[in-house]
Amino acid sequence: MLRDITLGQYFPGKSIIHKLDPRTKIILTILLIVMLFTGDKLICLGIGAAYTLMAVLLSRIPVKMFVKSVKPILPFLIITAAFNIFIIDKGDVLFHWKAIKITTGGINVSVFMIIRIVLLVAGSSLLTYTASPITITDAIEKLLSPLKKLHFPVHELAMMMSIALRFIPTLIEETDKIISAQKARGASIDSGTLRERAGNLISVIVPLFVSSFRRADELATAMECRCYNGGEGRTRLRQLRTSACDYIAAAVTVMFLAAVIAADKML
Amino acid sequence: MAILKTEQLTYTYSPGSPFEKTAVDHVDIEINKGEMIGVMGHTGSGKSTLIQHFNGLLRPTSGKVFLDGEDIWADKKKIRDVRFRVGLVFQYPEYQIFEETVFKDIAFGPKNMGLDEADIKKRVTETAYDIGLTEEMLSRSPFGLSGGQKRRVAIAGVMAMQPEVLILDEPAAGLDPAGRDAILSYIRKYHEKTGNTTLIVSHSMEDIASFADRILVMNSGKIFCFDETKKVFARSEEISQIGLDVPQITKVFDILKRKGIDLGREVYTVGYARDLILDVLKSKGGIG
Ligand SMILES: Nc1ncnc2c1ncn2[C@@H]1O[C@H](COP(=O)(O)OP(=O)(O)O)[C@@H](O)[C@H]1O
Ligand SMILES: [Mg+2]
Repeated sequence: MLRDITLGQYFPGKSIIHKLDPRTKIILTILLIVMLFTGDKLICLGIGAAYTLMAVLLSRIPVKMFVKSVKPILPFLIITAAFNIFIIDKGDVLFHWKAIKITTGGINVSVFMIIRIVLLVAGSSLLTYTASPITITDAIEKLLSPLKKLHFPVHELAMMMSIALRFIPTLIEETDKIISAQKARGASIDSGTLRERAGNLISVIVPLFVSSFRRADELATAMECRCYNGGEGRTRLRQLRTSACDYIAAAVTVMFLAAVIAADKML
Repeated sequence: MAILKTEQLTYTYSPGSPFEKTAVDHVDIEINKGEMIGVMGHTGSGKSTLIQHFNGLLRPTSGKVFLDGEDIWADKKKIRDVRFRVGLVFQYPEYQIFEETVFKDIAFGPKNMGLDEADIKKRVTETAYDIGLTEEMLSRSPFGLSGGQKRRVAIAGVMAMQPEVLILDEPAAGLDPAGRDAILSYIRKYHEKTGNTTLIVSHSMEDIASFADRILVMNSGKIFCFDETKKVFARSEEISQIGLDVPQITKVFDILKRKGIDLGREVYTVGYARDLILDVLKSKGGIG
């Protein structure tokens, strides 16, 4: 069913990775991306892979979950890789028949791209698996707070994000329930002809909109009743704190990044 | 002959994930044709999960469900017919309303069954009458009705399919006492009129005590007991221990019993209590 989708799902836990400050995790994720896209030697990618693997193992989240997070993008990966193989004309020619020409350069680029993207998805899933959406938005608000000086609505943006994230599971649950209720009245939503299905979709979408508007209304009232008037002077329930772990993690990451750069430049 | 039967029915949500939860755990029950069954249990005891198996909305993790002696999952293609034969009204069904008029919304189910116009019209007007909606309301938009009226529209939408078994998940939840009594008495009248098998889910005994033939009490996904109403109420103490509310009148008589005034019978409706007290007084020559 719908609720089995894992994208952005948080798995509570007590590992070192879970304990890191979400701000650290966001920055380290960005560093990981830089690391993965720096250099085009195999050794660079190897160091990036070792770093990702280490983080995954430290998080104690079943490897199965990472496989699941990579699965949805596999078709895109394969198609792009195929394009690369056929289009890039570089290095030795391995195979040539009429217009089709496969070169070592093309294979190289494709393989690198696949490994990079897989590591990228696994690495960023690690962020959403080990930090709850609410702490992530808190961290984003904190990280972007310098922009407030430029009158950029950082708080409003973060609030919108956390409300949206907060209601994703609710909406999924609601959709599930409405689908079940209409199926109980004989609607064919996951079976039947395309025409029937499209027609019956209305019976799901209308109630979903009605209830979303109702929820939005209720939430607005509830926020007003609690005197919400924006970020000005607002204190927080969850204070973000950095600890020794964060500095160690940052140091280790910088070391890996330095190793990648060094390998790229010197070897 | 049992119309509904389950064999070792078990259902686990999100198996294999950290959120794994066995909501229904090896349940064996048999429900006979024409019975009025109350299904009770505190929140999270698995009532809603259990009943969604009866019309094939959920597929058992293990175990079987039989409708009229046939395994409903024997042929996957026939599952839609099962849904027409076993009507399920969800909790807060008013949130599933979507059509422009009350008439069209009630007609959604019958239309999916492939009935012809005349038949649909007949069923809709009949059902609307049975659930206490006026003819004038049928042409109105359902979104302008009151909460209680919307709920009736949603219930009528399932009743209009004329299912052999009608299951209602907490039909009275969130209504004011008058609205609650009205809905329950319409359901009861409908049951008496059609003689169909009816299951009412509730976490309040007060709601179903007076008219259920048998009561199924669920606790943590398992059957706590499934017996005639009066036998279930004979265990009122145990039942309040698993977090269920016993009717107030039963509580009064339990206290009387503890104080040494034992009237010797289980009481769960006010009317019965009055008769019992009058009987006892009469036999003692107090009134007469
Ligand atoms: N869609 C779902 N996903 C995961 N767990 C669920 C879902 N629906 C219900 N549960 C869990 O299953 C258990 C039984 O729930 P439910 O059948 O709704 O009980 P009841 O109707 O008696 O309140 C509860 O612990 C609930 O948290
Ligand atoms: Mg329920």
